[in-house]
Amino acid sequence: MITVADLVKEFGLEVICGADKLQSPLKGAYASDLLSDVMGKAVEGDVWITMQTHRNIIAVASLKELAAILIVNGGRPEPETVTSASSEGVVLLGTNERSFAACGKLYKLMERDALV
Amino acid sequence: MSPVNIIRQAMEKNLDIIAITDHNSTKHCRSAQQIAGKYGITVIAGAELNTKEEIHCLAFFENITRADQFQQYIDDNLTVIPNKAEIYGHQYLVDENEDILDEEDRLLVAALRTGIEDVITEVHRLEGLVVPAHINRMYNGLYSQLGFLPAGLMADALELDRRAGNDGFFQKHPEIGRYPLLRNSDAHSLQQIGTASTEYWLESPVFSEIRQVLSGDWNNRIKSI
Repeated sequence: MITVADLVKEFGLEVICGADKLQSPLKGAYASDLLSDVMGKAVEGDVWITMQTHRNIIAVASLKELAAILIVNGGRPEPETVTSASSEGVVLLGTNERSFAACGKLYKLMERDALV
Repeated sequence: MSPVNIIRQAMEKNLDIIAITDHNSTKHCRSAQQIAGKYGITVIAGAELNTKEEIHCLAFFENITRADQFQQYIDDNLTVIPNKAEIYGHQYLVDENEDILDEEDRLLVAALRTGIEDVITEVHRLEGLVVPAHINRMYNGLYSQLGFLPAGLMADALELDRRAGNDGFFQKHPEIGRYPLLRNSDAHSLQQIGTASTEYWLESPVFSEIRQVLSGDWNNRIKSI
């Protein structure tokens, strides 16, 4: 079983919010920057890869019970986004990697555990 | 779509008020307003902004000074991608005689580096009005980009795509009824001018009255057609 903590460790991700919730298992992943699409397609336990930083991403993650949000391209979430993540208990991660590279690395890791 | 042609077409369609809202630019508003003075039509200065979230958002200003001040914000925050005229066309700035004054070399359909809330704050600082555009569209609309209406969004109104109407959007999202709902033609060609519009009950066709309607008892004073 891969956890969010494994992901953070393996790829050296920044934990912006939710350091106490990294033990949740990772069931899959979804990459998209359209929140309407994520609301329709992402499933519970996914890590969501995006460059969106608006506070609505937290509500989407919470609604879909996602394991974590990974913000790529070194994007900085707005202060309200971080506040909202903290009150909703959503794990917010960051990386300077570009989306494709982040997805590729994640895919490899998950393939190892037959999650994709 | 030069300013003079736009205004002639608007007169033809019996419009009393139009707004010039180029993508990420307010630079055509001045010449359009100069021409409008001669024809007796009101031209509101504005822009259609593309926020960091790629939400298209209309901004309207009381006068050219305010629009110019907002241009500075665009210049400070636009992601600079050189325009390729062979793909996107020339981005000429023309005057009232259709003489070319300048060519914008930054791609104007690019996005700003600032998010929707930041854009709203800046437009309001300059006493302008902000209206998220074509919110029911599957791309570049508030709902496609952000999934749902953010709580407490300080928009002055919401705009529905001119092609909308029977798509059940309002039934699905009754929360949009908290805001005045506008329909505009979003004309990208002369032929599209006047294909949708909103009627406002005003004492006179001026920006301050529109602001008053949108911030007050708008329910009985606007009608989308």
